[in-house]
Amino acid sequence: MMKGNKYAAYLFEVAWILPSVAIPISFLVAIVLTAFVVGIGVPGIGGRIDPKAISTTAPFDKPGVRELAPGRYEVVIIGERFLFTPKQIEVPVGSKVTFIMTSRDVIHGFKIEDSPINVLLVPGQISRVTATFAKPGEYLILCHEYCGPAHHIMAGKIIVK
Amino acid sequence: MATVRASGLSFAQSRAETTRFATEHRLAGLNLLVAFLALAVGGLMGVLQALQYNKINAYPAIKPVLTGGYYQGLALHGVLNVLVFTTFYIIGWLTFIATRSFDRPLASRRLGWATFGVMTFGLLMAAVPLLMNNATVMFTFYPPLKADALFYIGLTLVVVGTWLLLVNLILTYRAWRAEHPTDRTPLAAWMSMVTMVMWTICTAGVAAEMLFMLIPWSLGLIPGTDPVLARTLFWFTGHPIVYFWLLPAYISWYNFVPKQAGGKLFSDPMARVSFILFLVLSTPIGLHHQITDPGISEIWKLVHAIFTFGVFFPSLLTFFNVVASLEIGGRARGGKGWLAWVFALPWNEPSFTAQALAMILFAFGGAGGLINASYNMNLVVHNTSWISGHFHLTVGTAVTLSFMGVAYWLVPIITGKQLFSKKLALAQAWTWFVGMSLFSHFMHTLGLMGMPRRTDIGAAPYLKPEWSALLVYVGIGAVIMFVSAFLFYLNMVLTLTSKKPATDADYQIPWSKAASGPEDGPVILDRWKPWLAISVVLIVLNYGPTLFQLISTSPFNIP
Repeated sequence: MMKGNKYAAYLFEVAWILPSVAIPISFLVAIVLTAFVVGIGVPGIGGRIDPKAISTTAPFDKPGVRELAPGRYEVVIIGERFLFTPKQIEVPVGSKVTFIMTSRDVIHGFKIEDSPINVLLVPGQISRVTATFAKPGEYLILCHEYCGPAHHIMAGKIIVK
Repeated sequence: MATVRASGLSFAQSRAETTRFATEHRLAGLNLLVAFLALAVGGLMGVLQALQYNKINAYPAIKPVLTGGYYQGLALHGVLNVLVFTTFYIIGWLTFIATRSFDRPLASRRLGWATFGVMTFGLLMAAVPLLMNNATVMFTFYPPLKADALFYIGLTLVVVGTWLLLVNLILTYRAWRAEHPTDRTPLAAWMSMVTMVMWTICTAGVAAEMLFMLIPWSLGLIPGTDPVLARTLFWFTGHPIVYFWLLPAYISWYNFVPKQAGGKLFSDPMARVSFILFLVLSTPIGLHHQITDPGISEIWKLVHAIFTFGVFFPSLLTFFNVVASLEIGGRARGGKGWLAWVFALPWNEPSFTAQALAMILFAFGGAGGLINASYNMNLVVHNTSWISGHFHLTVGTAVTLSFMGVAYWLVPIITGKQLFSKKLALAQAWTWFVGMSLFSHFMHTLGLMGMPRRTDIGAAPYLKPEWSALLVYVGIGAVIMFVSAFLFYLNMVLTLTSKKPATDADYQIPWSKAASGPEDGPVILDRWKPWLAISVVLIVLNYGPTLFQLISTSPFNIP
């Protein structure tokens, strides 16, 4: 059946293969543009830290919100079973916030709803991520990496006003 | 030149073959038995979770056997379903299919028994701490969460057992090759070997993680591990493992489903090209599971994302080839039109129907997978229930429903019993399809709404009413799947205990012929060295710098 139709079968193959290559490539172009032109980046290398010395290592000796410049903030957070320190933070609308975080014990997750902040807190590693909070409101922060029997109570809040 | 296969045999000869392959059939049967026992327990745990999401809490009632409640159940669900069920089924299925395709028994039956023995011993070892709530670390076992050493040693033995099948297949292939110096390797046997070679290469990651970190650490021999290095070695194996699950389903879609659909495989060379691409591209892409990890450079995450898009291509080739094969079948059965031929396919045959439905849901699973791997877009979905929704379409349907579909023709051959009921089997396939569609759709939606995965959401203080409204459908979907699984097990138990022997037709393995055979492709498709060399080079390029960076800077001090 195919023998008499080799040419048609060949055309169908080409008609399938061309978009199979073109569609993923166009997706990739879109990703690279949003990442490096719009600036929606992913976590990278933030440095190492001794998890036993967190309380005496800057900036983790003073967890909390710090204003660096007008509209520019730094937030230092420590994750441990089953809480974030601090649990609740407040930043003004439109501010650009860099989160500097680590974990004291096991791996925790850190996801702020309706924002591009989604990162793991790993003992021994410093996580550093930045986002701009354009809309006022209260946003839930969740630990989304299983960390033990009370994992589901580990949450926090960021208030933007 | 065509190779001799069971399909060329008369009914009486096919039946006689079961004596010749008695050991291989017994091994396949025992592996399937362990696999489906694991799935029964693992699946049951799944239903309990979906009920708990709706605040129907069954855990207090079963506390004597499941002291760890939701999270111990979740660990069992993951380990039993995606590690135990898949691995045992695959080893059994490939043992059967490779030997029948080569038309020769295993080169070493003793090694065949050793494979099953080592795997089962490892499973029993790992099961002890799992059942005692001493290994509630999920199937990803990321340190510093620590399990009892028996868990790590047991799982390592299961993996080591699987390597023995590769050794046996290579020995069998060499014996076959000596007698057929110029033939192309039969497609199903060749695909089985590609699957096992890919698996053996990629399990180097988890083997290194176990041997150099988790086992000595859990035994107290070393003070600490490096969690990001452990995750990197885990996903070195953990992404290709999805192809270890998927390729055996593809083996069925390429080699048997075309025949079951009444047609032929559209293109044998195209099938081989797609498997070679899987061999080469499956492993050097694991970092796309670690987009949110600190301690790994953004550039290597992006490179792995790009290569993941590359491995999407062989799946698209498979889609084209399998659908074209189904079209040949539909038209041969009198189907007409651009798409109306679909209705001419044998929808009254449960094995075909289960696998065709598995393919439909897999199309959505594949598209979702592309989103997961999309670098910064992963930030929207990482560790949300979107991910659980995703892999219930891939491993939970494309693989599991296909494996059930295969069981409907395979179990009669290896047990000599006729399938108890085709109607029950058809109902099983459709209920799985409907239940999973509901479950998975709403898990995806809830993930986009921010609901985390692997979380006892029914007990979470932040549970939102808008999540609860949709979790109802997740629960209904899970209950429908539970009914589907019940129909499957009922059918299997009634088949095994029935007194009706398999008919001559039951003994026929549905080998497909190819419209375009292996002779239409270049000889290089049948060679190993070039493809193995490319695989290793890509792994070294894509993983070398990240592994070097992690190992050279780590104090290995995380207790």
